[in-house]
Amino acid sequence: MLENYLPILIFLAVGVVIGGAALAAGMLIGSRRPNAAKDSPYECGFEAFEDARMKFDVRYYLVAILFIIFDLEIAFLFPWAVVLDEIGLAGFAAMGIFLLILVVGFIYEWKKGALEWE
Amino acid sequence: MLESTLQLWEWLPVWLQILVKIGIIVLPLMGAVAYLTFAERKIIGFMQVRMGPNRVGPRGWLQPIADALKLMTKEVIVPTNASRFLFLIAPILTLTPALAAWAVIPFADGLVLADVDAALLYVLALTSMGVYGVIIAGWASNSKYAFLGALRSAAQIIAYEIAMGFALVGVLMAGGSLNLGKIVAAQSGGLAGWFMFPLLPLFVVYFISGVAETNRAPFDVAEGESEIVAGFHVEYSGMAFAVFFLAEYANMILIAALTAVLFVGGWQSPFYGSWLDALSTVPVVGWVFDHGIHWFLGKTALFLFCFLWFRATFPRYRYDQIMRLGWKVFLPITIVWLFVEGIAIAAGWQPWLA
Repeated sequence: MLENYLPILIFLAVGVVIGGAALAAGMLIGSRRPNAAKDSPYECGFEAFEDARMKFDVRYYLVAILFIIFDLEIAFLFPWAVVLDEIGLAGFAAMGIFLLILVVGFIYEWKKGALEWE
Repeated sequence: MLESTLQLWEWLPVWLQILVKIGIIVLPLMGAVAYLTFAERKIIGFMQVRMGPNRVGPRGWLQPIADALKLMTKEVIVPTNASRFLFLIAPILTLTPALAAWAVIPFADGLVLADVDAALLYVLALTSMGVYGVIIAGWASNSKYAFLGALRSAAQIIAYEIAMGFALVGVLMAGGSLNLGKIVAAQSGGLAGWFMFPLLPLFVVYFISGVAETNRAPFDVAEGESEIVAGFHVEYSGMAFAVFFLAEYANMILIAALTAVLFVGGWQSPFYGSWLDALSTVPVVGWVFDHGIHWFLGKTALFLFCFLWFRATFPRYRYDQIMRLGWKVFLPITIVWLFVEGIAIAAGWQPWLA
């Protein structure tokens, strides 16, 4: 059972090695002639005015929070969907109520304008 | 000869056998990525009534090789203000999930590296990992364009991930298993058995979300050249850029393959019926019409062509339009369809319980 997952583990390691090897090859074979202008961050030819890690729109944060809610919901739905044939109407009704509560929350977000980008 | 080869194979340690199998998956995948970039330029070229690359080798066939060699010899610039470690780890973090997800893709009946029961969950988890690479690249570059590109890209990816996840739940309900091989097996019975038809809205949502997930045109605001230059990988050059590029195209192929597996029956032939059994004794024709890896590859290629076609056809979406499409159109569509499908399954209606 668990040994089925061994190829996955090895594949992940191979993925890391391929990426790392490609980067290493690029750094070894490629030239390296640094100068101040080349190594400065790209800003249309200007000197960078300030640190780029600036304040950003709070909406991105909001999207991330909404994502967590819905992604968790998907995680709940996965096992339910697999056994839906066996649990029949009772199981469907239980998940229906759960989803309904979430849909109410979704409609609330929508009406509050959390999904608006202007 | 064959006997001794088999014996040698059995004699190899398990991890080496697995490594060889991984090589058999990864090397053609790399070739596919290289020639997908070539196909993209050629196809878009023809769609725009020009030649596309045609100088390197006969008809330009060696173009991807030349590109790879050129990228290899270019300098990998690490900006002075960048966080060096994160800057270099980001492309690897993008590439690894794009490759490793292939471990569970069934190429033909039983032809899969890891036949695990949580395959779909694994795929969902790995495709979500890709967003870390983007965010870390944008943050580590310490450049405004990269930072803005990473934010946009991350918000877009996670928005469409929701719609994608819901579409997957629909497939699960119909297939009754998380094992991709079993999902394909559930779609037997020729064209009529494919989930594409009873799950048509989910199929459309899934594929479009896939295009958005990979930041491809028309959803490519993350790298919108006209506004933020190249987005999150603006500071990357040489092989560091090549790894991002590789990951993007490997992800495209992955999405196309997943769409083929989940919605159009993977390796299953679209033909079905008793006349097919009679045909199967005919040498070549029988093989073509029968189930097999060629159907899987053909379907994948078809969806890949759609990726390129979209890019040549549609103008880029505005960012607010992208977010509106993801949250206000796709999400309600999938939720409604899950309800419809759930009622149908609980009530025992047929199309989903073949």
